[in-house]
Amino acid sequence: MPITERVRLLRQQSLDARETLTSERAELLTAFYQQETGLLSTPVQRARAFAYILEHKHIAISPGELIVGEKGDAPKHAPTFPELCCHSLEDLDILDSREKTSFRVAPATRLAYEQTVIPYWRGRSMRELILSEMTEEWKAAYEAGIFTEFMEQRAPGHTVLDDKIYHKGMLDFQAEIERRLEQLDFLNDPLAYDRQQELRAMHIAAAALMRFAERYAALAAEMAAAEPHPQRRLELEKIARVCHNVPAHAPADLHEALQYYWFVHLGVTTELNTWDAFCPGKLDQHLLPFYDPAHRDEAEELLHCFWIKFNNQPAPPKVGVTAAESGTYTDFAQINIGGLRPDGSDGVNELSYLLLDVIEDMRLLQPSSSVQVSKKNPDRFVRRAARIIRTGFGQPSVFNSDLIVEELVRMGKSITDARCGGSSGCVEVGAFGKEAYILTGYFNLPKVLELALHNGLDPRTGRQLGPQTGDGRDFASLDEVFAAFERQMRHFLDIKVRGNQVIERLYAQHMPAPFLSLLTDDCIARGQDYHAGGARYNTTYIQGVGIGTMADALASIKKHVFEERTLSMAALLEMLAADFAGHERPRQMFLNRTPKYGNDDDYADDLMRRTFEAYLNAVDGRKNNRGGEYHVNMLPTTCHVYFGSVTGATPDGRRAGTPLSEGVSPVQGADRHGPTAVVRSVAKMDHVRTGGTLLNQKFTPQVLATDEGLDKFVQLVRTYFRLDGHHIQFNVVDAATLKAAQANPEQYRSLIVRVAGYSDYFCDLSKTLQDEIIARTEHEGF
Amino acid sequence: MQHGTIFDIKKYSIHDGPGIRTTVFFSGCPLACWWCHNPESHSPKPELIYRAARCQGCGACLAVCPQDAIAWGSEIGKVVTDREKCTRCRACVDICYAGAREFSGYSVTVDEVMAQVSREIPFYDQSGGGVTFSGGEPLMQPRFLAALLRACRAQEIHTAVDTSGFATWRVIERMRGDVDLFLYDLKHMDSARHCQVTGVPNELILDNLRRLSAKGARCLVRIPLIPGINDDAENLSASARFLASLPGLAGVELMGYHDLAQAKYQALGREYALPETKPPGEAEMQAAADIFKSIGIQVQISFGGAHAHHGTSQAAAPAVP
Repeated sequence: MPITERVRLLRQQSLDARETLTSERAELLTAFYQQETGLLSTPVQRARAFAYILEHKHIAISPGELIVGEKGDAPKHAPTFPELCCHSLEDLDILDSREKTSFRVAPATRLAYEQTVIPYWRGRSMRELILSEMTEEWKAAYEAGIFTEFMEQRAPGHTVLDDKIYHKGMLDFQAEIERRLEQLDFLNDPLAYDRQQELRAMHIAAAALMRFAERYAALAAEMAAAEPHPQRRLELEKIARVCHNVPAHAPADLHEALQYYWFVHLGVTTELNTWDAFCPGKLDQHLLPFYDPAHRDEAEELLHCFWIKFNNQPAPPKVGVTAAESGTYTDFAQINIGGLRPDGSDGVNELSYLLLDVIEDMRLLQPSSSVQVSKKNPDRFVRRAARIIRTGFGQPSVFNSDLIVEELVRMGKSITDARCGGSSGCVEVGAFGKEAYILTGYFNLPKVLELALHNGLDPRTGRQLGPQTGDGRDFASLDEVFAAFERQMRHFLDIKVRGNQVIERLYAQHMPAPFLSLLTDDCIARGQDYHAGGARYNTTYIQGVGIGTMADALASIKKHVFEERTLSMAALLEMLAADFAGHERPRQMFLNRTPKYGNDDDYADDLMRRTFEAYLNAVDGRKNNRGGEYHVNMLPTTCHVYFGSVTGATPDGRRAGTPLSEGVSPVQGADRHGPTAVVRSVAKMDHVRTGGTLLNQKFTPQVLATDEGLDKFVQLVRTYFRLDGHHIQFNVVDAATLKAAQANPEQYRSLIVRVAGYSDYFCDLSKTLQDEIIARTEHEGF
Repeated sequence: MQHGTIFDIKKYSIHDGPGIRTTVFFSGCPLACWWCHNPESHSPKPELIYRAARCQGCGACLAVCPQDAIAWGSEIGKVVTDREKCTRCRACVDICYAGAREFSGYSVTVDEVMAQVSREIPFYDQSGGGVTFSGGEPLMQPRFLAALLRACRAQEIHTAVDTSGFATWRVIERMRGDVDLFLYDLKHMDSARHCQVTGVPNELILDNLRRLSAKGARCLVRIPLIPGINDDAENLSASARFLASLPGLAGVELMGYHDLAQAKYQALGREYALPETKPPGEAEMQAAADIFKSIGIQVQISFGGAHAHHGTSQAAAPAVP
């Protein structure tokens, strides 16, 4: 079906809307905290703050809308969360004026911050609390760019909803909470009071969302009464009925199901600015009971409207390192299509294909979308997805559903919970609706190697950051180099983990999330918050960055210093210190006469594997304080650019300050034997023991131009998954187009490319990142 | 161990037979087609390639050349090589870390090739692919080719041989049983014209195809459509009539000429014979296909960017700077 005029206008409105910072939420929150006298438990206080915001925030229904509700006071208006990170006036000016991912800050917003928000929240935000609780060595490592910290400006989130809202209304949730309250055993359970407060907070939060929907129902009824156009009047009356029924009750039709989810989405992302926007997960399976093929066109229009809603919500405004590690408006809602059903059977249904149509029709940045490919899914489903990938806007990304189940089971999930899970954010796996899986930050592997080569000293700043693990000039074998690297790595991971053990407790104590909790099993049953171990599964991830750079750097050292002995460690370190100035010939030798990861060459691939195993062993299985464990992911978002900027020249011939390799992809341009060799190299990593890896491949459109090309592409993906690869994503665009876009951005505003786990407008990326994408190997001529 | 000379092994080859394939490019070709897209494959001996764009201008090659065959060129920081003086000693190639100087061909053993080929087995299995031997002309190294075919057969790997057909029947007959598919080029029906544009007459080529077809070998005939050379109605009708007279074929494919290989000629320091020729458009391709159709032969059309050695395909991407 061609998109309707209504959808065309709403989509255009979304595309045209300018990202704007709104102080509405910050002002309401401040007003609430100023009124409250403080005789409330923290969970109840947070729930009442949530209710206060939803009661008082501006609501509106745009012309033609069928799905209603915005996070801000208008499309693309981004609320702020001063209780987490209170932006200074300087921050606001930077946000307003910076070249990339800027947010308009109106004078009135700035004034509200100056007069109301900042005076109350300065000195009281989580960010300030967290930084004050971190050790000096943590701060030194953080500032040096050895790791980042996700929770510094955003709350833990990283979770996805399962199917529970499609058969339970908020009244049902409340009844469940009430039953649990009655069962509390104050005589024998020392935490009974804490549980009571948490459960009461959930009850308040559920009521708050129903009240919010009732406000929309009343507004829609009011607008209907005044609406001269009969068709629109009927629509508004329908909206009023929908908002009256959901979220209070289980949804009765597709319209109600989508509106219910959307209210829940707004609730979760208004309560806190959770990392990785909440997401409905396996939408094709959840919506199937509400789908009537006889009304396909209506269903498609509703889904279009639903899609546009996601695009209206830019990621929360971030500053500093956090902005650098995730420099995008995308908030990482990743809708999963296909994969497996809870009983392990093929999950592809007619809605899977309809959703793929919607993705192709909408071509929007958000929501992000992925196809979950199981060996049980039909090839024509993958081929349909490939046809969209071929159009070159980086969506959908492709995941190995069978491997995801295996990963989740290894991390302790039941087989059914694992099959209900999938991928979220960039590539991270989770048991949807049942797991709090927190990403805590990126870890800069090549920077740690740099410290290991300099006896723990950061050559960029001259500061001694790590332990003294030996003068790099004296290392006599690759084993000695690697031993120093491992010691440094463990040292900084200890610092990182210590910090996270504190930060997660700070969130548990100061920032409970009762609304998110009531949606997540088993927070109601346990009477515990999402942030405090209430979820059935509790995982903490640390994401390793730069493994391709590591493999190639170690290959250079092994081959040229210790095998061929063409230069000494001392000479190598001098070249790195000089950023290869005056050493172009050896640099060319490192670049072109060294085995490189990504070419199915065991020499370099073994070093990738060695680095991976060392990193995995240093992280995997550590206990977090929510009853769960630490695990690894291998993904960078945009952090490989930031990490590269703080890392000096590396022995693979990479110059100082330039990007590191991203995800598990080979170093940009180092893969010279095509995609099958890349896939074989990357599959030598044991993806099963990660919580997600990211592989980026760039194709020119010609490779996929014919049906035959498309089929072979599908077989390439299938083979990667047979070899237990986790995820692969494709940029289908030629370098000439990208260069043209860089030179004439206004002509290429709509050009969307795959960055790293998400798609973004090419012209919105930094010049460095643009250059990096251009440099990624093109499999031209294949 | 059987040795041979090849100039590339290309993985994820998707235009040279069914499924995902690995193409092994043999050095040396008895033909010299004007439009050849792998000019580095002509000589059975390694050919020096100079890619100016990669040259850092360090001068190491000038210093190391024992023949004084290398000198600074007119372009600043770039060098020129006197190919008459060059003895192919490799000294300059070994010292050129930037990869600006390379030899197109290198000697390999059957085991070395098979080590590369077998790594891709998961892709062949998944896609119904295999190995394509191309070139150059693989039949010019018959013992090496036969050994490779047998090695593939031993591992149940599907094989295709991409050939001009210019070889003695004895050579073809000997390995026919180990070839799953011939990709057989048909360039011109008039022997004199064939000789003019490829350097050899066509009788042997046509005769071999007739015999293969009669023996029941699977042959996919591929016709490169080169504007001004073989795209006239007379030649196309003659080609169609010839193909119609054969007992059986696996298919016929028309491949549009493309002009992407000019940079390779530059890198080899050679003249390109068809500098003005433009790729045929969709209408021209369709018109040519219609001529075959009128005689009852279904043809598949593929455009530039595809295909085979003596036809239109390029071996390795790196030769285009």
